[in-house]
Amino acid sequence: MTTQNLDSLYQEIILDHYKNPHHQGLREPYEAEVHHVNPTCGDEVTVRVHLSGTAQDAVVEDVSYDAEGCSISQAATSVMTDLVIGKPLEQAMAVHDEFLALMQGRGNVEPDEETLEDGIAFAGVAKFPARVKCALLSWMAWKDATAQIVASSVDSSPVEPVETPAETREEQS
Amino acid sequence: MEGLLPDLDVIRKDFPILSRVLADGQPLVYLDSANTSQKPQVVIDAMVDHLERHNANIARAMHQLGAESTEAYEAARDTVAGFLNAPSRDEVVFTKNVSEGLNLVANTLAWGGVSTSSTGGVGGKGGNLKVDESSEILITEMEHHSNIVPWQLLAQRTGATLRWFGLTDDGHLDLSNIDELINERTKVVALTWVSNMLGTINPVRMLADRAHQVGAIVVVDAAQAVPQMPVDVVASGADFLGFTGHKVTGPTGIGVLWGRAELLDALPPFLGGGEMIETVAMEGSTYAPIPHKFEAGTPPIVEAVGLGAAVDYLASIGMDRVRAHEEAITAYALEGLSTVSGLTVLGPREARERGGAISFELDGIHPHDVAQVLDSRGIAVRAGHHCAKPAHKRFGVQSSTRASSYLYTTPAEIDALVDGLEYTKKYFGVDR
Repeated sequence: MTTQNLDSLYQEIILDHYKNPHHQGLREPYEAEVHHVNPTCGDEVTVRVHLSGTAQDAVVEDVSYDAEGCSISQAATSVMTDLVIGKPLEQAMAVHDEFLALMQGRGNVEPDEETLEDGIAFAGVAKFPARVKCALLSWMAWKDATAQIVASSVDSSPVEPVETPAETREEQS
Repeated sequence: MEGLLPDLDVIRKDFPILSRVLADGQPLVYLDSANTSQKPQVVIDAMVDHLERHNANIARAMHQLGAESTEAYEAARDTVAGFLNAPSRDEVVFTKNVSEGLNLVANTLAWGGVSTSSTGGVGGKGGNLKVDESSEILITEMEHHSNIVPWQLLAQRTGATLRWFGLTDDGHLDLSNIDELINERTKVVALTWVSNMLGTINPVRMLADRAHQVGAIVVVDAAQAVPQMPVDVVASGADFLGFTGHKVTGPTGIGVLWGRAELLDALPPFLGGGEMIETVAMEGSTYAPIPHKFEAGTPPIVEAVGLGAAVDYLASIGMDRVRAHEEAITAYALEGLSTVSGLTVLGPREARERGGAISFELDGIHPHDVAQVLDSRGIAVRAGHHCAKPAHKRFGVQSSTRASSYLYTTPAEIDALVDGLEYTKKYFGVDR
């Protein structure tokens, strides 16, 4: 790996989020809390999700977290909270899908700054297969927690569940 | 530098991969030998020669190639037996890796209601090898996951109690409660000889003697010991001892479980299948004598040949000299690392108390990031929990960076590591 490649991995934006993470800490209220680990390195994240409304009206009110991990996983968590908090759930899921596609694109996907904002800094991570999991750890945790809330709200009221794309499940390991 | 192998340049030429040039024209600095060692040309050649000229299945093919292949496979067993000073070649069981060897022992102890009293028993006390709900299994907090999980499974399946030695702050076994931990209920004491994370060399003989006093059997994970120091299975006091081929300059896919013949004889078979039988009838079967009783199916033949060549290679250099080299390089590395501010070594700080794997933390930089930046300079280290999560937890860390040397490691490579760590600190703006 060249130094140029190293710089493409460790973008200034990533290092900034690493040093000054946004929305850090575990907060109330929340409807679901999950704990995800990356078994290869031991990185861990606890994510709480607070939604308001149901079905199509659901909005991501808050995502709070306690995470331990490398610069890539810490920065990805920080960027994720920026991207999903305050957004309608459907829109947040769309951002998730786009970030996932970027990470799985082996460096061949051109990121869209309109939707991914600081998330575009992770384009370089996609070229390092060993680090893709680091960038996705908290996203997978968020999606898992969100799916739990949606599933439990389905039990109590007749609303449609948010679809969880099956092909992304394997990334959770 | 005293202890360094004097013919280091010649030894390095034995390993073709060490002349690899990586991206950006960086020469390879391989400091991940505790993970897997590199292979000398003689090992590669022995395997290629076997595949090109002698390949056949063993012990069953009635033709010339079959005879040659069988001879090569069994010759590897003789070589390994000699390397370990095993009293009998029949005590050398080829496995896939250390994990399989440890699982073999842990599983068969759950099944075996066998007495060893006919030959004086374990530690001369006689007794039943079977582990049950009244038994205690004793391990340590510094084990690799492969020497924890099989014993947890054994405890769950039998109702036995799993206990362990804790660790002292300087990375040694905490033996303060040894009298309580090794007691009349203790059936198994399983421990690593050299820690893959802390590097600590454990007092195997002393613990084996204590274990034998209460009739317990002693299982030693020697994955990190056999590669870097002389190992005499009899002198060690172990009843079972496992190591793996790929860490002793041999190939992957082959490991060794050495066990005292009396115990191997007493234990029931582990895996059933071809080659482990004496005769098979639909109503039941009888089993081959050891070691074949524990080698069901076609074994890793060419891998055994490679392993034989590997231990021959190490023996030709001399394990005393390999150990002296490791100690010299480790001392030099510990000294170099101590100059890096913000760096904390986990485990003993004295080279003579430890093996060549050195795990450390660097303040403010995650091990993944350390390894990534070092890799950009051609330096290969391991980052993560090194399959020793409990040991990391004991020291309040989630993961660490590990640099590990071997007989081909040079002081210049240690210098490159130290320079690389300083560069890493600058890169992440962590400099004090």
